[in-house]
Amino acid sequence: MNLHEYQGKALLSGFGVRTQRGIVAHTPDEAVEVAKKLAEETGTQWFVVKAQIHAGGRGKGGGVKLAKSLDEVREKASAILGMQLITPQTPPEGKKVHMIYIAEDVYYPGPSETKEYYMSVLLDRQKGQNTVVYSTEGGMDIEEVAEHTPERIFKELVDPTVGLQPFQARKIATNLGCTGGAFKEMVAFVQSLYTAYVSIDASLFEINPVLKTSDDKIIAVDAKVSLDDNGLFRHPELAALRDLREEDATEVEAGEAGLNFVKLDGTVGCMVNGAGLAMATMDIIKMAGGSPANFLDVGGTADAKRVETAFRIILQDPNVKAILVNIFGGIVRCDRVAQGIVDAYRSIGEIPVPIIVRLQGTNAEEAKALIDNSGLTVYSAIALKEAADLVQTLVK
Amino acid sequence: MSVLVNKSSKVIVQGFTGKEGTFHAEQMIAYGTQVMGGVTPGKGGQMHLERPVFNTVSEAVSATGADVSILFVPPAFAADSIMEAADAGIRVIVAITEGIPVKDMISAKKYVQARGCTLIGPNCPGIITAGEAKIGIMPGFVFKPGRIGIVSKSGTLTYEAADQIVKAGLGVSTAIGIGGDPIIGTTTQEAVALLMNDPETDGIVMIGEIGGNLEALAGEWIKANGTKPVVGFIAGETAPKGRTMGHAGAIVGGADDTAQAKKAILRACGVSVVDSPAEIGQRMSEILNK
Repeated sequence: MNLHEYQGKALLSGFGVRTQRGIVAHTPDEAVEVAKKLAEETGTQWFVVKAQIHAGGRGKGGGVKLAKSLDEVREKASAILGMQLITPQTPPEGKKVHMIYIAEDVYYPGPSETKEYYMSVLLDRQKGQNTVVYSTEGGMDIEEVAEHTPERIFKELVDPTVGLQPFQARKIATNLGCTGGAFKEMVAFVQSLYTAYVSIDASLFEINPVLKTSDDKIIAVDAKVSLDDNGLFRHPELAALRDLREEDATEVEAGEAGLNFVKLDGTVGCMVNGAGLAMATMDIIKMAGGSPANFLDVGGTADAKRVETAFRIILQDPNVKAILVNIFGGIVRCDRVAQGIVDAYRSIGEIPVPIIVRLQGTNAEEAKALIDNSGLTVYSAIALKEAADLVQTLVK
Repeated sequence: MSVLVNKSSKVIVQGFTGKEGTFHAEQMIAYGTQVMGGVTPGKGGQMHLERPVFNTVSEAVSATGADVSILFVPPAFAADSIMEAADAGIRVIVAITEGIPVKDMISAKKYVQARGCTLIGPNCPGIITAGEAKIGIMPGFVFKPGRIGIVSKSGTLTYEAADQIVKAGLGVSTAIGIGGDPIIGTTTQEAVALLMNDPETDGIVMIGEIGGNLEALAGEWIKANGTKPVVGFIAGETAPKGRTMGHAGAIVGGADDTAQAKKAILRACGVSVVDSPAEIGQRMSEILNK
């Protein structure tokens, strides 16, 4: 589950991570109000107006603007709120901005130069351990840094039995070239950040940039925070931070029905039992010359009710021109799944697109006969190859 | 023979009396697996499926001599149960549970490794040595005995592959469902190595998917140590970047963990990669009959 910047920063602050301060707003009037409040609390004279959407690269798309007065706050807020923000990480049509974050200016002049770093915490899957990834090159796309100057990216693996140790935090601060007050600040920053990561069952922290201010403070200027969905049961207060507006409405509906669904932009819908077979089925559709409209894992049971819900969800997409149902009936018998499909079809009424049903496993022959004799516009197959050939015929 | 489990494996079921535990224990017993009993904390002393129930794994091990366990424990308690099994001296732990928090698995994996036992999964269909023992949730009848080993991150795709292998006139030695989570106990490479060293296995089917680099590491290992043909398939060529595709670990993070990138690495390592999952059985048959 992804969080907004303002939510992530509030969480981090709770663990003692110093962050750029700010307040969220939903209208231009509210933006001006919170800017006044922020000026009183922090003494900031300039403000940063930041669009709150679940995607990176907001600055590139015009979603982050500097405002040097309250009038400018109103002006920038009006421009950003409600816009379709397009960034390299959004869908092509962009994402609608419902909220903005009015933040203090942290790039103020002072005794030393400001400096930006990059820092993330995530799982190293190969090692099965958490790792802190950091770089002297902050404020830019880390994938580009990795490509052009990989020597400027460092990794610090954390032993799970003892957690991140102080010496590791000192090593990180040293490698980043921090000295004096900034060194101490960086050590504390890294330790608090890691504590926050483990405490909230996070799956990714990406702080880009981490800023050394002109008076040697270390501050998280942005915060990308993702949580491990499987750990949410321990944190109901964090689960409540989910913003459904950032998700595809059909995916949310499917999730509530217990179906694992991901919307794609093709024309052949699919319904499969098992995630691996579901991905493989999408691949088959592509090889047959079509393109998958979705990923859908209907789960192990594939009974009539689930199949019907799955059909209704797939059919919400007007681009769907055909549906491929691919079920490997193991412990569930194929003839029962076939009966479920026929019942679901009749319950929905007229399904306007052709359906290919491939059932393999126990009683596959009986299942095929049941489908063939149903009188419905359903093509049946047993072998995966036959199903692929049927898709090819239908998408032409 | 074959790997990890066989007809003399003595199995206990953790989460024995629950709905899933009961159903699959019955199926395993019907397949011929030696299910000695099970563990459900608080229900020790009872009988279930005509077998004893224990409060702890160590009690169960002392009483039955079990060396293999299978877990049907809810996600919140599963990592604890894995560690309990390892502590009790269980040799092979099969974790079926889907949805264990990554934080818990980081600790559990480290704990299991330190005790030298083998963890299969979590979020996996289990392991089956065809005709001997089924320690998992797979439909047993699909896995007709033969000499092809299967390693897979996915459940139904494993059944699909086994079915094709059997229909191609071959059969299965041992199929290992390693699981689709970001942290799993036995990696693709470790499972492939077990089958490569098994005298009763002549060829290996290796099924992977997007996310992580386990297949690439297995490919490098095969290049250096392979002595038997390997047919590979990687699911998720059409998966979009950054989206989790059902399995918690199936997510494209960068350029290296796409299906295309993994297939290219495997091909360069001498693995016979099929683009269509419908061709797994046929390809293996062609290679062995050359």
